[in-house]
Amino acid sequence: MEQLFFYIFAAIAVISAICVISLRNAVHSAVFLIVCLLQVAAVYILLRAPFLAAVQVFIYVGAVMVFFLFAVMVLDLGTEKLKQHIHSQGGPAVVIVAAMSAVLGYYALKGSITAPLGEYNEAALARNTEVIGRSLFTQYIFPFEVVSVVLLAALIGAVVLVSRMKAGGGR
Amino acid sequence: MTLNDLNINLASVLPQLLVTGLGLLVLVLDLFLDKKSKAALGYVSIAGLLVILPIAFVTVSPEASFGKMVMADPFSAFFNVVFIIAALFSVLISMDYLKKVNVQRGEYYCIMLFATVGMMIMASAADLINLYVGLELMALSFYVLVAYRVDERRSVEGALKYFVLGALSSGVLLYGISYVYGFSGSTNLAQIARYAVNGAGGNPFLSLGIALIAIGFCFKIAAFPFHMWAPDAYEGAPTPVTAFLSVGSKAAAFAAFLRVFITAFSGVRPQWSGLIWTLSAATMVFGSVVAISQKNIVRMLAYSSIAHAGIIMIGLLTYDTAGASSVMYYLLVYAFMNMGAFTVVALFIRDGGAGESISDYKGLAARRPGIAFLMSLFLLALAGIPPTGGFTAKFFILASAIDAHYYWLAVIGVLATAISLFFYLKVIFYMYMKEPDDYQQPLPEADFTYNVALLAAAAGTLILGIYPAPFVDMAMEAIKPFFNFLAF
Repeated sequence: MEQLFFYIFAAIAVISAICVISLRNAVHSAVFLIVCLLQVAAVYILLRAPFLAAVQVFIYVGAVMVFFLFAVMVLDLGTEKLKQHIHSQGGPAVVIVAAMSAVLGYYALKGSITAPLGEYNEAALARNTEVIGRSLFTQYIFPFEVVSVVLLAALIGAVVLVSRMKAGGGR
Repeated sequence: MTLNDLNINLASVLPQLLVTGLGLLVLVLDLFLDKKSKAALGYVSIAGLLVILPIAFVTVSPEASFGKMVMADPFSAFFNVVFIIAALFSVLISMDYLKKVNVQRGEYYCIMLFATVGMMIMASAADLINLYVGLELMALSFYVLVAYRVDERRSVEGALKYFVLGALSSGVLLYGISYVYGFSGSTNLAQIARYAVNGAGGNPFLSLGIALIAIGFCFKIAAFPFHMWAPDAYEGAPTPVTAFLSVGSKAAAFAAFLRVFITAFSGVRPQWSGLIWTLSAATMVFGSVVAISQKNIVRMLAYSSIAHAGIIMIGLLTYDTAGASSVMYYLLVYAFMNMGAFTVVALFIRDGGAGESISDYKGLAARRPGIAFLMSLFLLALAGIPPTGGFTAKFFILASAIDAHYYWLAVIGVLATAISLFFYLKVIFYMYMKEPDDYQQPLPEADFTYNVALLAAAAGTLILGIYPAPFVDMAMEAIKPFFNFLAF
């Protein structure tokens, strides 16, 4: 039963992802990207990771996609221009992607996990969010703190790049 | 996990904390300065970095801290010193340069310090997650720095290429990390090493993970065929940023490369040695051949830096203390000689792209004999001519390749060095043998900051060439635990 749902979600995700890159209208692409990301969130739920699923919906489907749509709206992307630029590379891209998925699929099917699965069995993962929170603030405290510096750097960078443009080249 | 198991040891990350603090201090001070006096922030950064340099050198703790995430061993201390030296030079030549191209914003120094923190975190990471976070901090800072001349078309173009390909390479690296995690159930390097032993060599998860992680790093060191971003980003970025990118970013990626591949993937070495061999040989040949036809000195130095990456990669293969320590030594020397060459380039570049062509260096010896002499010194060092540090570094790497029976790779390395002589000597030939096109063209005066940077770089290049022993010993001592760790 679970497998059936997984294949349904996976198939919709792949199809909508193809729609994202093949549709001519940027808004349609963005909407299909939302569909794709929602399917990924559903897969997370199947994997007993409700926290990741919620984050996926909040951040990607919510925040990131709103920005995408804003960018599309502000830039007013011409559909024809987009087609010229991107679709001329379609042939080689299909070949490369097909080759990549063949190789990756082969390796993924053949590979196996040699290590023990660790302390997180299904019972422990029932409290998934608690487990993540706990490990973020114990085991992963250092990278977690570094991320705050990363965000600060990104924030300053965004301000630097945008405010210069507004000042007419800063001269 | 109890608090004691975590081993929260702030002393082990003291250099990272101090540089972050310095960055924040610069950020706040920026608010109190008007546009004319932003260079003061450069002096604050330099003073801070000079204080942190000895602290970074002695910050060593034997135990992994923060839940085995951070390893403040002599290896990371060595690289921290390299990063701080690179940052010092870059800030030093930035102050006048920014005035020249008329982008005076205080955030520049803050972002540069954050990039340094990212590099330090990469070098001390004992866990793939920590490594990735450090890499992103460095990369994000560099995306902004490369685009810093927003009004210059080439700067934006280079930054965009760097950003898109950098994001792609981060994705590739993460994909590789997730496969390795799938294989070993852990992102901790020591934990991975426990499972990546001989018998596991055939596991597809592991091979795929290793290949993808290697590709991710190769993007950052600009190895062929993952170098596409480098010439454009180097050309478009402000010259001090280019210098920092070619020295610091490369050293950080090599530090991560060494630590990950020697500690975690040593058990399955036959799996990746072929890949690294091919990439190294291709990078050396490609970099030196393409550099010949370059007319722009920054692009020439970009391809030369690609060729250097290929030669340094030899040291990853030999897999002994000699090879690995010569990688570290090479990166230290490279910091000095490359920074020296870029200092001269930064001095002669004028706003709007003038002074970037190699033909602008015609007859420099007659007009600026001192600077022409130093430029020749740096170029000869990059080419690997004794008695400079460039020669000793190349010598150690190639000698370790021969000791490890990589004869063909050593031959290719020597050939690439011979080819590279051609384009380095071309600049020297232009400076000494040609008449300048235009005597009237005013040359910029080297002010105090340039003189300090030039003399320090020259001193470093020469001392490392004439008296390498203590520095090589330091690198040897630093890398030894990696191989001891394998014994048990």
